[in-house]
Amino acid sequence: MSTTAPVGTGPRPTIVLVGHGMVGQRFLEALAERGLTATHRVVVLCEEPRPAYDRVQLTSYFSGRTPEELSVTDMEFIAEHGIELHLGDPAETVDRAARKVTARSGLVVGYDTLVLATGSFPFVPPVPGKDAEGCFVYRTIEDLLAIEEYAKARATTGAVVGGGLLGLEAAGALKGLGLATHIVEFAPRLMPVQVDEGGGAALLRTIENMGLTVHTGTGTQEVVTGDDGAVTGMKLSDGSTVATDLVVFSAGVRPRDQLARDCGLTVGERGGISVDDQCRTVSDQRVFAIGECALASDGRVYGLVAPGYEMAETAAATIAAETAPTETADEAAFTGADLSTKLKLLGVDVASFGDAHGAAADCLDVVYADSRSGTYKKLVIGPGGELLGGILVGDADAYGTLRAFTGSVPPIAPEQLVLPAGAGAPVQLGPSALPDEAIICSCHNVTKGAIRGAVTEHSCTTVPEVKKCTKAGTGCGSCVKVLGQLVTSELEASGVEVDKGLCGCFSQTREELYEIVLALRISSYQQLLDRYGRENARGGDGCEVCKPTVGSIVASLAPTIGAEGYVLGGEQAALQDTNDHFLANLQKNGSYSIVPRIPGGEITPEKLIVIGEVARDFGLYTKITGGQRIDMFGARVEQLPLIWARLVDAGFESGHAYGKSLRTVKSCVGQTWCRYGVQDSVRMAIDLELRYRGLRSPHKLKSAVSGCARECAEAQSKDFGIIATAAGWNLYVGGNGGATPRHADLLAQDLSDAELIRLIDRFLMFYIRTADRLERTSTWLERIPGGLDHVRDVVVDDSLGICEELESLMTAHVAAYRDEWAETINDPEKLSRFVSFVNAPDTPDPVVGFVPERDQIKPDLPLLTIGTRPLEGSAQR
Amino acid sequence: MTLAPETTTLRVQLRLAGPDGTDDDWFAVCDLSVLMPGRGVAALLPDGRQVALFLDRTGRMYAIDNRDPFSGAAVLSRGLTGSHEGRPFVASPLLKQRFDLASGVCLDDESVRVTTYEVRAR
Ligand code: SRM
Ligand SMILES: Cc1cc2nc3c(=O)[nH]c(=O)nc-3n(C[C@H](O)[C@H](O)[C@H](O)COP(=O)(O)OP(=O)(O)OC[C@H]3O[C@@H](n4cnc5c(N)ncnc54)[C@H](O)[C@@H]3O)c2cc1C
Ligand code: SF4
Ligand code: FES
Repeated sequence: MSTTAPVGTGPRPTIVLVGHGMVGQRFLEALAERGLTATHRVVVLCEEPRPAYDRVQLTSYFSGRTPEELSVTDMEFIAEHGIELHLGDPAETVDRAARKVTARSGLVVGYDTLVLATGSFPFVPPVPGKDAEGCFVYRTIEDLLAIEEYAKARATTGAVVGGGLLGLEAAGALKGLGLATHIVEFAPRLMPVQVDEGGGAALLRTIENMGLTVHTGTGTQEVVTGDDGAVTGMKLSDGSTVATDLVVFSAGVRPRDQLARDCGLTVGERGGISVDDQCRTVSDQRVFAIGECALASDGRVYGLVAPGYEMAETAAATIAAETAPTETADEAAFTGADLSTKLKLLGVDVASFGDAHGAAADCLDVVYADSRSGTYKKLVIGPGGELLGGILVGDADAYGTLRAFTGSVPPIAPEQLVLPAGAGAPVQLGPSALPDEAIICSCHNVTKGAIRGAVTEHSCTTVPEVKKCTKAGTGCGSCVKVLGQLVTSELEASGVEVDKGLCGCFSQTREELYEIVLALRISSYQQLLDRYGRENARGGDGCEVCKPTVGSIVASLAPTIGAEGYVLGGEQAALQDTNDHFLANLQKNGSYSIVPRIPGGEITPEKLIVIGEVARDFGLYTKITGGQRIDMFGARVEQLPLIWARLVDAGFESGHAYGKSLRTVKSCVGQTWCRYGVQDSVRMAIDLELRYRGLRSPHKLKSAVSGCARECAEAQSKDFGIIATAAGWNLYVGGNGGATPRHADLLAQDLSDAELIRLIDRFLMFYIRTADRLERTSTWLERIPGGLDHVRDVVVDDSLGICEELESLMTAHVAAYRDEWAETINDPEKLSRFVSFVNAPDTPDPVVGFVPERDQIKPDLPLLTIGTRPLEGSAQR
Repeated sequence: MTLAPETTTLRVQLRLAGPDGTDDDWFAVCDLSVLMPGRGVAALLPDGRQVALFLDRTGRMYAIDNRDPFSGAAVLSRGLTGSHEGRPFVASPLLKQRFDLASGVCLDDESVRVTTYEVRAR
């Protein structure tokens, strides 16, 4: 047992924080911001085995977010501020008289200030069988890991007790795990707290349409178990039974106030540690309570993170004022908070804000309902025309703006705010109409004024910069759309000329050029430059940025706009980067490398032998690449056609290792051989590689297919990655290895072969259409407004009505594909370009030489050094 | 009897020594028709030097040393061309530095320049 400095004898006063959840972490940050980590010793007792993580985004674990990625704790921050963080060591008792806390490990810490941020626990109704094997709650990462393991090992059906916000989230997770899912809700409708009867009905219809079974107006009476003690079903209070292998209780949460009760602090009748406006416990000046465990002075326990953050700030400000009282210091106070929420539950937008149920006197409703599309919108309007609150189900796009207008009279008639686009006069209520005090991000309480300040005073020019500067948008993320609009309108208003142009020759973005090329069918670069280029660039020769970009756009669209598809054909040839111009990758000494396509990494012994023979005969350095194929290095330009003639003859084709186009679709060995495989990953990888080969895109495209969740093909690091499930395929998008690795996001699950291919067709074509030059899918997904949700809306739900067009563009590409190398070796005019010297076609470039290394060759670099400037960073040491 | 058809093929010529006026200084490289606007080709000079030859869209020709001074590789003829504030340039295909085709000066590092050659077609 270890004991730390007893009360009052330490050199610095001690703050002890019990509970390291989201609110606890925010409290630590607030302490640091106020310099209190320098003046105080800060000790944190954390019950969970890991530091604070994003509980709000917990469910994203099932779409591939790892526990590490969910973390909200920067360990450098903890170290830098000298915070003593004890993981897996909960506080067990508090001795308020002696001012010390004892933890489970025996650690005893004396405190000057104690802050309780112990959060909530899930309420499990006291029904028989509730503790049986197969019963779970939904609160921590460990809960999710346990649910996932059990579901995969031994469940095909799951049931969620509770149809509230968390219950629906849990139900979505079970469905995602492939279980037939039931939801049992005691109240007569789903999400009874947030939505009214009409909203509940719209939600019910949509959720049932997704194949979930909903039982409302009935409670759970008993969990039934089998001989082995594991769950087999549930008895409901209406007499019916539900057969299920797994039960998740999500029947509400209760404040974790036991520690407080045990040490005699006052708690509310229905739980929660009673605190005053400063978040001090009403019983003890030295003890604070914040977050979900606190019963605020307005008599409520807040189950949302935003009010918790406000309490964290309030407590930190109060402690700071105590430490260094100044007369001018504003007294921080927490007196209540907004309960607005916006969620995407099972893919359905649900939002409620302000006085959603119309509790205020004399208020009126404006309701728009369309049961065909599962849309329900209600606004609550006060007697003076002010917007008091509302509920949006099925389409919550207006949420950000409406929430910010709550409490004021909107500048346009309320019904126009809820009518769908197209019905009546469409009204765009831009964020510019909002007052400066309007809260844009309710998670972090950031006002429009603060966001404007970030742009005008802190020179932020992008959403990520503003997020970093103000914290806005870093919570639930629901405000990011409005944030983007605000940043743009602010930049424009402050006269910052945001030149989004592609280069010095074009003021258009790549996306705009794509639209011009597609709409006007312009396939000539010169025409495009002379008609649409910047004034001073017209008639010129363009530049090395826009030429390949236009070359790529024209190549992507060639079959549709009737242009030359062959990248070396006609005027196109002059636009290609050097690598594309020689259909090979240029190496440091002027030689080239050759990468034939090996779809899915599958290759016959005969073809392997051909590669071996070609490499041997031409003396090429040979290496297995990171992309499951073989690279042969050290070919002189005049050797390329000879080498390719042999390769094409043996049935090989271009691997496009040189192009901004599809590289490889890697695969694991899959079901055919692997004992774990659930689908034929090799066949799918080959199909995909052959479908998308030669597709020119803004940057290179990589893919992989894994035969099961073990993920041997590393699909989640690819631009589009596919993982087999028992029922089909899960499609992940936006992954990246390279310099800034990014885990791919789950776009859709359990797809059939045809559904998978259709979705990839749409996804790739949408990316090619809207991405910037040299923007991988990962950065594109992070940049475009609305991110993954928007992409899903467009390619899965066809929200822009362009899916048919996207598909037909891809169909045209697939039909028009021809192997570039086969075409080139059959065209004498093209072949004449593959020489080192125009006036001495048979003479090799003397600078390209090789010396031996490990039984192969490597470039003879000294040959290059005559008259050469040292490259940056290559100076002699 | 047939007459040999009159040939209109123009030959691209490079001036090798200093401009002392004789026609012997000009070295014929290739037919003009081989050059593609916006792209280059490399030519080997009798003394082993390499030249990169370019044609712009207005028909003007440029010739500079083919060696990329930053990497040592003889690759400038394979770069992409363009114009920047009216100055024609080629961007090295290796590390993308741009060279003014008329003066040989590197636009990204004025302390570096490559040799330029006079070029004509006749
Ligand atoms: C040959 C190979 C290395 C090897 O020996 O294994 C390779 C070689 C090159 N990579 Fe790579 N990359 C190779 C696999 C990878 C992988 C692994 C993979 O694909 O599974 C990655 C990380 C995955 C990814 O891209 O997300 C990779 C990330 C990069 C990047 C960084 C991309 C990024 O988004 O950060 C570049 C630079 C770029 O593209 O801008 C790059 C660029 C290059 C270039 C093209 C550099 C250049 O411009 O000269 C190299 C050309 C070599 C040549 O001349 O042939 N290479 N490169 C691999 C060829 C795979 C193939 O069969 O096509
Ligand atoms: C699936 C899910 C989805 C959610 N979605 C949203 C949403 O969309 N929007 C929203 O606003 N809110 C949402 N919430 C609620 C939100 O997560 C909580 O409001 C927030 O996490 C509360 O933070 P907290 O720090 O007060 O409590 P917690 O995050 O619960 O943290 C309390 C911590 O204290 C620890 N602890 C307890 N007792 C002790 C002890 N004696 N010693 C040491 N440690 C102890 C606990 O282990 C826990 O780690 C969601 C919650 C869940 C579970
Ligand atoms: S991903 Fe699964 S199926 Fe493929 S090799 Fe690995 S374990 Fe086998
Ligand atoms: S409102 Fe949740 S992050 Fe802004």
